[in-house]
Amino acid sequence: MDAGLKLLNAESLRADFPILRRKINGKPLIYLDNAATTQKPRQVIGAVRDYYENYNANVHRGIHRLSEEATDAYEAAHVKAAKFIGADFKEVIFTKNTTESINLLAYSLGLQLRKDDEILLSEMEHHSNLVPWQQIAKKVGAKVMYAKVSADGLIDMDDFSASISSRTRIISIAHVSNVLGTINPVREMAKIAHDNGSLFVVDAAQSVPHMPVDVRQIGCDFLAFSSHKMLGPTGIGVLYGRSELLDSMQPFIYGGDMIREVTFGDTRFNELPWKFEAGTPNISGAIGFGAAIDYLKNIGMESVFSHEQRLSRYASDRLLSEPEIKVYGPKERAGIVSFNMGSIHAHDVAAILDQEGIAIRGGHHCAMPLMSKLGISGSARASFYLYNTKDEVDSLVSSLGRVRKVFGGKG
Amino acid sequence: MADIYQEHILDHYSRPRNKGVIDSPDIYYKDSNPLCGDEIAMYAKLAKPGSDGGNSGNRSDSGGRSDDGGVMENRVIAKAGFIARGCAISQAAASMLTERVEGKSVEAVYAMSADDVLGMLMIPVSHARMKCAVLALKTLQAGIAVYFKTNKTRGA
Repeated sequence: MDAGLKLLNAESLRADFPILRRKINGKPLIYLDNAATTQKPRQVIGAVRDYYENYNANVHRGIHRLSEEATDAYEAAHVKAAKFIGADFKEVIFTKNTTESINLLAYSLGLQLRKDDEILLSEMEHHSNLVPWQQIAKKVGAKVMYAKVSADGLIDMDDFSASISSRTRIISIAHVSNVLGTINPVREMAKIAHDNGSLFVVDAAQSVPHMPVDVRQIGCDFLAFSSHKMLGPTGIGVLYGRSELLDSMQPFIYGGDMIREVTFGDTRFNELPWKFEAGTPNISGAIGFGAAIDYLKNIGMESVFSHEQRLSRYASDRLLSEPEIKVYGPKERAGIVSFNMGSIHAHDVAAILDQEGIAIRGGHHCAMPLMSKLGISGSARASFYLYNTKDEVDSLVSSLGRVRKVFGGKG
Repeated sequence: MADIYQEHILDHYSRPRNKGVIDSPDIYYKDSNPLCGDEIAMYAKLAKPGSDGGNSGNRSDSGGRSDDGGVMENRVIAKAGFIARGCAISQAAASMLTERVEGKSVEAVYAMSADDVLGMLMIPVSHARMKCAVLALKTLQAGIAVYFKTNKTRGA
């Protein structure tokens, strides 16, 4: 343990999360589906409520008190999000979520590609970092390549480098795999991408919520993440882009608030980041997101990361000591543990755990190509956050005994 | 929540009835449930027209033509089978369905509903698991639709 590292006290943080008092089937809720979405502390819920109760108004428009307060709060959320990842204010665009951020890139950058240009992804990408590129590539006649994933759940770096050609224009890779918890070496990848004249995009949906992330340190050109996976509201997310790139890019959505001057013939676009934020934005979402960032900063992302690593290491050790459980992915991983119990289907595992008040995910986790690569149709997945405890991992493991009992030792 | 993993479900899951390929089936369809990653293929062999394949029930004998000719009104399923990969609910439903449809006319099976499946399973199926429960029926019905199409004058 680093000397300066503040240990996180999950037990005391839990008091901030009203939903964790809920009982499911008479049992205390054990929420282990944090890679899907996270629970919200009362600080976030309170910030959203305060906006609606006290200063609800549209932003960037009215010359009146409420609109000024709403605009200040909305812009303050931009500042917080930018600082959180080491970016400048004008480099952070609010979108709906990671998926929309990547779609923005796919439309704005991807449509500029020419026939036979190449986009490089990996075999472990979430559908949201695969389908937008694949569909845009079809439109322009570009090719999508996939860097191989090894049996132990790592991107094969030799294959990654070998998959880059002089036609590779965009490389887009998940920082952390939502299935395997693999932490990919994005800094090294960014350097390889730039050495080959390609842009480098990071899908940070599973990393920014769980570890310190600095866009300058990674050296990426773009990076995308969602508020709801980091204690904030749904419907708000971030696209970070280097300002000189964003400046030269065409907006993806057109409308109000993104313009400077409109005539019947033409439009001059607004400055960054507003150029990419057409229409009334998700103001309450942004304000709640800002409160979530404050909450996380207060705890410290180093502490969040080490807490989750301890939990996921403990969980995988305990799971592996059980009969017939297979855990997927590398030993060193973020707070995500995917596993299967013999031949028992992941949905059956999830359904029986639900009867015990335990929420996990079962299925293909929006990564069907990776599933077929692993030769499975799905997996059960426990994913952790700062409010999870070792006791909850123990409950998970002992409840798997019930799964085994229901299926009569099968599996 | 009541237990969906009751004995009869687990019994059909661990000892599925009619699991296996049926050679040269009259009805065949393969489908998947992408949400779960379940895959299933349903097969059915029809009774020869005029023969007593299964309990012929309300079968009308008047509409029969030759096997390769086409229209077989109210032809009866002599045997159904499946191969599949999926959760306990989808597997048990497939197993039970193959038993249930034997001796029934293709029209009657085509008219079966999700409620019929629920009645057959006798467990409370949540909204999220309905897809698993009806996958076998929907797939068999898709196969019947193909059968109707290739034997065009259905119901004429």
